[in-house]
Amino acid sequence: MAGLVSKSTSNTSTYAGLGPLLMLPSWVLIGFFLVLPVGMMLIYSFLTKEFRGGVIWEFSLAAYDQFFFDRGLFGDDPPVIEWTYIKIFWRSTWQAAVATFFCLLIGFPTAWFIATRTGPNKSIWLFLITIPYWVNLLIRTISMKFLIRDTGPLNEWLLSLGVISEPIHIINTNFAVQLGLFYSYLPFMVLPIYASVERYNFSFSEAAADLYASRWTTLTKVILPFVKPGIIAGCILVFVPSLGAFLAPDLLGGAKNFMIGSLIEEQFKGNAGNWPFGAAISMILLSIVLVVLTYYARQQGKEEAR
Amino acid sequence: MTEIAINIQNMTKRYGSFVALKNVSLSIKDNEFFTLLGPSGCGKTTLLRTIAGFENISEGAIKLYGEDIAELPPNKRPVNTVFQQYALFPHMDVTTNVMFGLLQLGQDRATASARVTEVLDLVQLTQFANRLPSQLSGGQQQRVALARALAPKPKVLLLDEPLSALDLKLRQAVRQELQQIQQETGITFVFVTHDQEEALTMSDRIAVIADGVVQQVGSARDIYEAPLNKFVADFIGETNLIDVVVTDVSQGNATCILPGGEKFTCPAAAGAVAGSGHLSVRPERVTLTKPGKGLLQGITTRQVYLGTDMHVDVRLDDGEIITVRVQNSEGMIIPETGAIAGLEFETGAARLLVD
Repeated sequence: MAGLVSKSTSNTSTYAGLGPLLMLPSWVLIGFFLVLPVGMMLIYSFLTKEFRGGVIWEFSLAAYDQFFFDRGLFGDDPPVIEWTYIKIFWRSTWQAAVATFFCLLIGFPTAWFIATRTGPNKSIWLFLITIPYWVNLLIRTISMKFLIRDTGPLNEWLLSLGVISEPIHIINTNFAVQLGLFYSYLPFMVLPIYASVERYNFSFSEAAADLYASRWTTLTKVILPFVKPGIIAGCILVFVPSLGAFLAPDLLGGAKNFMIGSLIEEQFKGNAGNWPFGAAISMILLSIVLVVLTYYARQQGKEEAR
Repeated sequence: MTEIAINIQNMTKRYGSFVALKNVSLSIKDNEFFTLLGPSGCGKTTLLRTIAGFENISEGAIKLYGEDIAELPPNKRPVNTVFQQYALFPHMDVTTNVMFGLLQLGQDRATASARVTEVLDLVQLTQFANRLPSQLSGGQQQRVALARALAPKPKVLLLDEPLSALDLKLRQAVRQELQQIQQETGITFVFVTHDQEEALTMSDRIAVIADGVVQQVGSARDIYEAPLNKFVADFIGETNLIDVVVTDVSQGNATCILPGGEKFTCPAAAGAVAGSGHLSVRPERVTLTKPGKGLLQGITTRQVYLGTDMHVDVRLDDGEIITVRVQNSEGMIIPETGAIAGLEFETGAARLLVD
């Protein structure tokens, strides 16, 4: 008994041995769901392609070479920069940025509206925001396709109202892709901003008004800096998956409005694929996202250290 | 003649069918430390917020140095507020917080900077100029809030229970500091509190508010010594309320019959009328006498020793309890519990109230 008591007086010694054991679930999760799959793709991107899909275990830079350089039809011309894939990357980035912008434009007022409701109304609105997630993304995207097609309800409704004289062509345009991305990821913008606004103390706005600030100044100098972490989280949560999305561009954008996601998907689908190339594109996409996020984290760190 | 800083005329504030302020009329003088005192929910903060412009008034008028400000938004009113929870902008350091109002007024950075240094010096926070609010103690935050509100040199400074979040010791120190700052700056202070001690020690004048109605306005002494009605007498300090039958009120004096049947004449509050009424006598102004002597007779039911003095409860025949406060001294004579005691009032100590 005395031994037990003396042992437990020091907490650190009691739990020190348990440390690695308690870490185990996290390590298993990270290892199995992050390190293994990403590591596998990283390795695949440096292997040689097998013609019917799959890889040959032989080191090769061909995948990266294919992405950046054009060596002619037979692969023996002097290399020139290959713009096709870079353009797709650029278009994807642009599409994702536009979708993020519109999500922010609509998401911020929505989040503000919900956060400022009182009592049970708040929960009802939050609940409504999450309802679309009860339906599979594929099905939602297909319904969107039916909604906006030339003979779809949107056009028919506008026609019957006399607003337009012939159907607006939306499907298979950039706009359709942006709309699809916006629709898919809007809640990811609303929820983090909502969480920030929820913590906002409205006496800050009163204090600003008391100190002669206009409504606009109050918004830009007091409210936005306060909810900035929520806005940034929302932007990341919308931008990153939009960048790699393939359902919306595939179903709503048609063949002309290719995005990275579809490009990668194609490399792994059927017999025409090129696994190392798909893996290489994934790695390049991942690098870009990491660079952007690291830059942001650094900036954030600098600001906090200030 | 002193100038009137704030003049509120027949102001009413309604929230739907709830009336928060009923027909309030008040004049706050220039350079005055004016306190709105009342229990929570009495409407004192609402009154302050109507002056700041955060609440619209339903009826009446508010004038600031003669100018009607009832329709002006808060950012157009030359008044500043010290908020109850300070409402310091969390992402700005002390300097930026204090400078905020100055820059909004269109001052250039150099002028604003000089003013910030000046007010931070006034509240003794110069060495904390670069801290964020979260890095300050409650007392320091309170002083930043004060500095921020003082910086634009408002015509009137509104303070919404600014001391309630501080601990007792700090509160007492800050009270003195606030009074000193008010005198140094010459700015009119309108101070909201539910703490009567705070109100009594700091204010030039006090408005006692209950149920959205101004009950009485006067100096601390007026309100304590000459309360108008039962609410004021009871809310400010401790008092004994004695049921009496008033036979006559004339020229500020009332003749009434005490519970024991004794006839008694005392000053009457303006507006008191004949009929059944209440006398108010402060415990420290009641004295114990020998049984059979004095105005009232009762049985001693309780003695509480408080160090500096002693509280003795005496129960009258009709069940009313009168508390007597006896100062602790060598010759103090305290009747035993259960003993009969006589009670006497000091001259002018008892007053007939408006019921």
